[in-house]
Amino acid sequence: MPRLNLYQEEFYPSPIQNTWKEFKENHAALMSLYCVIFFIFVMIFGPLLAPFDPLQQHIEFLLVPPAWDNNGDISHLFGTDGLGRDMLSRIIYGCRMTFGISLVLVIISMLIGVSLGAMAGMSKGLRSSVVNHLLDSIMAIPTLLIAIIIIAIVGTGLVNSMWAISLALIPQFIHQTRDIVRQKMKKEYVLAAQLDGAGKVHIFFNSILPNMAEMLVVQVTLALSVAILDISALGFLNLGAQAPSPELGALLSEGLASAYVAPWNIAMPGAAIFLMMMSINLVGDGLRSALRYRLLR
Amino acid sequence: MNDLLSVENLTFENCHGKRWQRKGTKFTLGPVNFSIRAGETLAIVGANGSGKSLLAKLLVGLEQPDSGAIYLNERKLEQYDNKHRVLNIRMVFQNSNESLNPGITLSSILEEPLKLNTNLDSQARMRKVEQTLKLVGLLPEHRFFYRHMLSDGQRQRVALARAIILNPQVIVADEPFAALDPSVRSQTVNLLMELQRELGLGFIFISHNLGIVRHISDKILVMKQGKVVESGKTDVIFHWPKDEYTKKLVQAHQALISGQD
Repeated sequence: MPRLNLYQEEFYPSPIQNTWKEFKENHAALMSLYCVIFFIFVMIFGPLLAPFDPLQQHIEFLLVPPAWDNNGDISHLFGTDGLGRDMLSRIIYGCRMTFGISLVLVIISMLIGVSLGAMAGMSKGLRSSVVNHLLDSIMAIPTLLIAIIIIAIVGTGLVNSMWAISLALIPQFIHQTRDIVRQKMKKEYVLAAQLDGAGKVHIFFNSILPNMAEMLVVQVTLALSVAILDISALGFLNLGAQAPSPELGALLSEGLASAYVAPWNIAMPGAAIFLMMMSINLVGDGLRSALRYRLLR
Repeated sequence: MNDLLSVENLTFENCHGKRWQRKGTKFTLGPVNFSIRAGETLAIVGANGSGKSLLAKLLVGLEQPDSGAIYLNERKLEQYDNKHRVLNIRMVFQNSNESLNPGITLSSILEEPLKLNTNLDSQARMRKVEQTLKLVGLLPEHRFFYRHMLSDGQRQRVALARAIILNPQVIVADEPFAALDPSVRSQTVNLLMELQRELGLGFIFISHNLGIVRHISDKILVMKQGKVVESGKTDVIFHWPKDEYTKKLVQAHQALISGQD
């Protein structure tokens, strides 16, 4: 006998639950989300997963191909490089470094960018339009170029490249935040909050931020992919992380020396960067369309 | 009996554009004079662009008048005395959909004025929110809802709840019934009249619908291009309109009613 459902529970999803429901429909984006979660897992538990120290040189295993090759060795799953360092461990540490640093940089530039953008958006008149046009002109230059210019001034090194990239990312956040804040400030519910006697800070945190959180998530995923690309590009150009450190871009440029003999030395870090970028971009894209369709329905 | 809210010689001059690129378009409002008592309803009628909404904004303090004064309980409302004004004059917006924040629950929406203007602790605030929701005919459970889960009529009720939650003396409403369909409109009108009776509110509202105006208002203010062309008791104006513009309005309304019957 079927169970009688006398009391129909009505379920009213919140805006965030709605977004998640829409997001789940997009299978590519969902897979990418799992991929991103996997990278975050690797980032946190990397040292426990890696079989060897990334800098340890195994003299008896030079340029061993990956394990699935006929000449491969199962103790070095992804093979070794010219100095006998285990590729798998280096890539795990490399993901940890590249992904982790990008995440930290994006969070820092988000905090700075959002607070500056909020100030620009809430102010009126000449000051606001100066900020706007100055930022628009900076946004026209690619972030990598800005980062290279900053590095040319302060010198090479991982920490300097971190500074450079976070400085280059901030204008985008300011621009987006300013746009949204301006747009929301015209809404009637902000007017209503003003009539309640709310000050500017209160209006920003209580009326605008809840409606901005989702846009921020999208912007963060975009900025994250830009940051990963820039960090590895600077590492590849020897402007960022320097040679022995297992940063994915630096790994690529080291592998380039023995590219013909040992193509896996550039294929593996390249694949890691590719996977990272693709999953983050797909998650961002899925989030954006989920937000759009959520508003339509 | 004393006047609850009275307005004397209120004027406002609105220049479109910046001060340094001043163009010819200028809009002057007023001088406006009126007064209402507790429990009375004043309707503001007029064509689009006649300054009705501007008058509402002046009353709640969103715009500052150039001259004239607003007295609440015979005490003049100063320009920077916002707290007093917020607690006693509340506004209901035309589009309740726009005036509710989509990102937060109703309890946060209704809690906001309490947080900002009273010293109640969170439990007392919750109780007040529940009471007010019941008062406007919603359930206490509605406080967990978001805006998009409510119908238009329910949204209008929430907007009303937001206005009365601070126990104000005057409510200013800018076309509160315009966006509603007739059945929900009459529900809302009845709810408003009931609340007015219970709480003794002074109610100022802007409307195009002369049927509703005639039904609920005690006094009428007819405006045309920023000037008050006629004001007085509802019955008097509907039966013996003096001004040409008012005559046309009333005639149009009569024609509409007799056409329906």
